[in-house]
Parts: sequence; C-alpha cells; structure tokens
Amino acid sequence: MTLTTVLVVAAALVGLGLWGALAQQSIVMLLMGIELMINGVLLAAGGLWALAAGGDPKGQLLVVVAMAVMAVEMAIGFAIVVAVYRARQVDLTDGLDSMAG
Amino acid sequence: MSGAQPSLVVHGAFWVFALVAVVSGWRVFRTDSMVRATFLLLASFLNVGAILLLLGGAYLGIALLFMMTVEMTVMAVFMVAFMMNPAGLNPMSMVHQPRVAAVAGWAVFAGGAAVAVWGRFPRRPLDPAADVIGALGTELMGRSMLIFETAGVALVATMIGSVVLSSRRSRFGDEAGDIGSLPPMLDSAAGTYPPGVVSEPAGAGHHGSHGDHS
Repeated sequence: MTLTTVLVVAAALVGLGLWGALAQQSIVMLLMGIELMINGVLLAAGGLWALAAGGDPKGQLLVVVAMAVMAVEMAIGFAIVVAVYRARQVDLTDGLDSMAG
Repeated sequence: MSGAQPSLVVHGAFWVFALVAVVSGWRVFRTDSMVRATFLLLASFLNVGAILLLLGGAYLGIALLFMMTVEMTVMAVFMVAFMMNPAGLNPMSMVHQPRVAAVAGWAVFAGGAAVAVWGRFPRRPLDPAADVIGALGTELMGRSMLIFETAGVALVATMIGSVVLSSRRSRFGDEAGDIGSLPPMLDSAAGTYPPGVVSEPAGAGHHGSHGDHS
C-alpha cells in the first residue's frame, strides 16, 4: 500500500465512473457513474492526505467537503430526475434533447 | 497503522479491498438489475472506506461507511422507481456511444495512473501516534470553520431545492399536479394505460401528451 498503488486504484475508479456516466442511457445510472468518480476522488484525497501530506488536517477537510458534494449531487440529481419525469415522462438521457417545458 | 513500514497484513488487506472496489465498480454497469447495480456501488464505497481506515483516517473511513450505506439504501428505492427492466430478469443493455465512453474511461485511467507512477510526490507518511480525529475537529471548528459552515448551508439549500424540484407543480395540488406521476406503462408499444389505472378527468386531455403541453 504505497501512494502509487492507492492513486492507481483511484484512477481506475474514476475511469470506470466516467465510462459508466458516458455510456449509460438511464439518467439514474449516469448519476451512479458520477458517484463512482467521486469515490475515486475520495480515495485519492485520502491517500495523499495519509502518505504525502503527513496527516495535515486540511486534507481530511477536503475529503469531508467531497463527501458533502457527493450528497448534494445525489439529492439534487434525483430531484431533477423526478421533475423531468413529471414534465416529460422521460428517464433516458437521449430523450432530453431540449430544455423547454 | 500506516507508519514507515506497513505490515504485510495491511498490504494484503489493501489489495483485497482495492480489487473488490474496482471489480464491483465495474460490475455496476454490467449487471442487468439497477438495484443490484446500487448494491455493487455500495460494495465499492465500503471497500474504499476500508482502505481509508487502513490509511489511518478513522473518522473519514467510518463516516464513508455509514453515509454510503444509508445513501445507497435510499438510492435503491429510486432505482426501483426508475427501473426499466422489472427485477432485472431480462438481459439489459441500456448504453449509447459505448466506444467513446470506453476510450474516455481508459484515457482517464491511463492519465491518472501515469501521474501516480511518474508524478513526484512528497513522502510524508502519517504519524501513527497522531490524533487525527481531534485534529479534524479542531480544523473544522477552528481555522476552516467558514468552509465547514458553507458546506452546511449548501446542504440546507440542497434540501430546499430537492423538495421544490420534486414537489407537485400544480398551484393547488389538485388533479393537474399529478400529471406525470402516473406509473410507467409496462407495455409502452401500446401507448395506453390498462383500463382503471388512470381516471379520466372530465374534458381534460392531459394524459399521454408527451411534453407538448407547456
């Protein structure tokens, strides 16, 4: 468990998340991809905090802020999915080709 | 735990957690059921939380474990609501632009891995005797209190925003507010609901108008 291996695993999680977010048609699955990317960001930030920054408390603060961002993203994301479905009966990204209505 | 020389057990545990985190993260987008995808994502998060614990971030790891368990349980409910493939019984492949997505994913992984392998980072490991939780608390309630409070205000704004976005559109919460709240048609090719599901309002042709009303 070195900094290199931790960062490689984090890069793998971010890459998988981007792949899912771009490839999935369902809007909720797209959100899952974004969550997986933030998962990788959390791991990278935690690894740098513990192995490169000598346990600087600001590193922990960064991870806490990233977790808050993740909660905000999920809550607002699902609220938008519900609002879009109410207005358009659409839950696929391909169905959302305009913002009107 | 992560002193100058982490023990062999820590190394082995890290590789197990890392492997499970990556493989379950990959299976999220390869399973047929969106509920199963949610729990695979939960597995990925739990293993990353375990790695954070191995790294010595006691508060961060435990917070991630608890937070993601609750968050993914809520997410599973949404997945049931938006599942296009009942119970994941049918093979499902709901993807578009698969090649672009795969190339972008591999490119990001290659870039990140290159930074990890060839980047020059300081080597200052965490002092195993350090009081990391106390340091975090002092930071949150001390110099970085404004950042912490901003995160709290952002979460309040999120609560208000999500309620506003997902609540009924209608001013009086009457019939018009329920448009779009109907169950999705199981047989979308037919384009109609089974009789009895929708009570037709007198003189209103709202139902089934796919977004062409303002």
